[in-house]
Amino acid sequence: MKQFISFVKKEFLHILRDTKTLLILLGMPIALIMIFGFALTTEVKNSKFAVLDFSKDAATEEIINELNASRYFDLVAALHTYQDIEAIFHKGKAKMIIVFPPSFKSDLQHFNTAPVQIIADASDPNVATTLTGYATTIIMDYQKRVTHDRKLPHTINTQVRMLYNPQMKGTYSFVPGVISMILMLVCTMMTAITVVREKETGTMEVLLVSPVQPIKVILAKAVPYLLISIVNIISILLLSVFVLDVPIRGSLILLLSESILFTITCLSFGLLISTLTDSQQMAMFISLTGLFLPTLMLSGFLFPIENMPMVLQVVSNIVPARWYYQIVRAVMIKGLPLITVWKETFILTGMTVFLLMASLKNFKTRLA
Amino acid sequence: MDTEKIIITEKLTKRFADFVAVDAISFFVNKGEIFGFLGANGAGKTTAMRMLCGLSKPTAGKATIAGFDIYRQTEKIKKNIGYMSQKFSLYEDLTVKENIRFYGGIYGKSNIFIKEKAALLLHQLKLEKEADKLVGDLPLGWKQKLAFSVAIFHEPQLVFLDEPTGGVDPVTRREFWNMIYEASERGITIFVTTHYMDEAEYCSRVAIMVDGRIEALDTPEVLKSTYTATTMDDVFLQLARKAQRSELG
Amino acid sequence: MTAVAVNNLSKVYATKKETIDAVQHVSFDVARGELFGIIGPDGAGKTSLFRMLTTLLLPDGGSATVDGSDIVKDYEAIRQKVGYMPGRFSLYQDLTVEENLNFFATIFNTTVGANYDIIKDIYVQIEPFKKRRAGKLSGGMKQKLALSCALIHRPVVLFLDEPTTGVDAVSRKEFWEMLKRLKQQGITILVSTPYMDEAALCDRVALMQKGKILSAGTPASIINAFNNTILAVKSEKMFQLLRDLKAWQGTEDSYSFGEYHHAVMKKEFSEEQLQNYLVEKGHPDVEIKPTQPNIEDCFMQLMQS
Repeated sequence: MKQFISFVKKEFLHILRDTKTLLILLGMPIALIMIFGFALTTEVKNSKFAVLDFSKDAATEEIINELNASRYFDLVAALHTYQDIEAIFHKGKAKMIIVFPPSFKSDLQHFNTAPVQIIADASDPNVATTLTGYATTIIMDYQKRVTHDRKLPHTINTQVRMLYNPQMKGTYSFVPGVISMILMLVCTMMTAITVVREKETGTMEVLLVSPVQPIKVILAKAVPYLLISIVNIISILLLSVFVLDVPIRGSLILLLSESILFTITCLSFGLLISTLTDSQQMAMFISLTGLFLPTLMLSGFLFPIENMPMVLQVVSNIVPARWYYQIVRAVMIKGLPLITVWKETFILTGMTVFLLMASLKNFKTRLA
Repeated sequence: MDTEKIIITEKLTKRFADFVAVDAISFFVNKGEIFGFLGANGAGKTTAMRMLCGLSKPTAGKATIAGFDIYRQTEKIKKNIGYMSQKFSLYEDLTVKENIRFYGGIYGKSNIFIKEKAALLLHQLKLEKEADKLVGDLPLGWKQKLAFSVAIFHEPQLVFLDEPTGGVDPVTRREFWNMIYEASERGITIFVTTHYMDEAEYCSRVAIMVDGRIEALDTPEVLKSTYTATTMDDVFLQLARKAQRSELG
Repeated sequence: MTAVAVNNLSKVYATKKETIDAVQHVSFDVARGELFGIIGPDGAGKTSLFRMLTTLLLPDGGSATVDGSDIVKDYEAIRQKVGYMPGRFSLYQDLTVEENLNFFATIFNTTVGANYDIIKDIYVQIEPFKKRRAGKLSGGMKQKLALSCALIHRPVVLFLDEPTTGVDAVSRKEFWEMLKRLKQQGITILVSTPYMDEAALCDRVALMQKGKILSAGTPASIINAFNNTILAVKSEKMFQLLRDLKAWQGTEDSYSFGEYHHAVMKKEFSEEQLQNYLVEKGHPDVEIKPTQPNIEDCFMQLMQS
């Protein structure tokens, strides 16, 4: 045991002495969360819009106010003629224009129906779709309120409910994604690199020609990275809750335990890589192409798995991050209990055991 | 330009923060000489050599290599010198021929020149059969001999050899020195560092660095009589033991 | 009593294209308390041999025991009782001198205090720098620290793989003095080196080249086995002199050796004949004197036979 503690102490010294790497390891999750949370967000905020209101009655005024009051839109201009539309789009001053025909309110009251035209600048089709979607929702809400007390004879009322993420916040989906990416980088890549480094510098030779059991060498390398990862998970969760307003709906304990399980999966992966390679470059290369990219592409974090070709869907099953991503979404965002994610947990545990066994079997007590 | 002296330094100094690696060294190397450059680990040999090759900028002092200033004309210096070290010399994953072609290409030699010279070189080294073998598969001694030939492939005026014979067997080591003599006969100046003291005897003149300064510089004969020593090994030990900072590396 | 017994040991590396016989049927014994040198250039098979004896590599043929334990079957026992210093000083560059030493003590289940007497002699020289990181030490100091680390568990047999390669002459001298003192403490030492002159500092040596042992024995016995006369020759034109020596029928071999050239004479030729020949060749000032062969002369002769 004393040997083991001394090993862990040595690993900590290595990490603490290399301040730059340590800062990167601890700073990366914060940077990634900030980048995904603010810069790369898919939601649209404070988009400029203009109105061409031929009716100018109480109803149109109320709708315009509501649009303007929402966090998605800012009213920049009131237009007077159709020609103005072209002009304002050209100048890039607005992304969307709402056109109300004359006698909007009276039409609505007398015929129970009135048209509204939404014109969007579709040079960025994603933004345009999102904007028209938001605008439609706001207008529908208004209609519901106005017609609430009256039963309409023939109205098909489509109700879209955005479950768990009613405001369609992009933030929600990337938090679990960032956690799995960070764990992959810190645990898998760093563990693999530190073991291989001892091979490169020749210290592994000396360790092998000593009574220390190889398993202790390997496990001692994993301990500091496990701790760093727990710090990282906590900092990501804190940032998500307090800065990005992503709530943790489910059990915090469950979320943390699942995260630690995944951390161990990643560590085992790193150890396996370290037994297969002899150079730091190779270890890094395998970690990045063999693990990091599949995690990014196939875990469901960037691209929904259901939309992938069948082959990739099958392949995604062996990507551990895919299961972890599902667990975190279920626990953190949907607030579901362990019972609903037992299958994913079971698969992750199985993978971890398999990887650990494989790396132990692979670890050589000799050089070749 | 002084045609007789290929290296002239005047109070050449290199400082790293508060550490003076090379402390105002002044010396010259004559054209065609085999100049031995000795010193204990950390005496400043490597730093001095780097400055002379134009790889590192001096902190103070002056120096010219083949008449070119080491501050302003490093590109011209590089064209006129060759360099070989024990650690890096050839690409192990390229064949013998590919290595020769590559280095010839670097120095802008024409294809005909490279082709003819390569054939001659392979013949001299008796490496014709191995021309298409990977350098990594050659024995160390052959690699070192090939590396030296490649370093002087472009007919430089001066070649720097950094511990060229480390770990090489005694027969090959002598064959290597024969190559050095031949190059020297053709007028190429040799600047060589070594840990083998018997090799110091093969040099025309030897400089011994201690603590960043040149403590002694003369022919092996004069050095031995000055220090009343029978071998260069004794001379070296007497001087290097004076070092104050060797253990501060 | 034998500390190390090597019997017909072989190691083969197979690559895609060819097989390399790194060590070929090597046999020798090292007595307890002996300082035994394996002398040979790079690529002779020294490191492969050491790695087999320290249980890092499995042999492809033959057998060996270290302190009575078999290198294949009893590898765990061997790892308890040998000290090993690989070619590159295998220290943790980012740990301090003290941290390195403490770490290596604990992995051998011991403490620095318990075995301080054995390293004291060496460690006192680097103790003033114990807070310094190993990476910032000079070559000579790294070497001392690595040796301290390899000794800290009081090994029965110490394996030093090229401890003096790339180290300057002063540090090399000091290092051999340290080995002599360790020998007095009863530790069996196997040391490999490419420097022929270090052979004279060992009790017994094995000269190794291309995986084979050319000769083994005390340095004196190897030198005694050298049958030819060696003449040291010197003149004004050394390079031309060597060419002339090589061209002469009376020399078996000739090569430069420090300030002289060595001419290995064929039995039927005399010093006088050589003198006459060289004067005739334009070396009126030639100086010729008989000299004792040393290990390097022996090595070259064995290499070429």
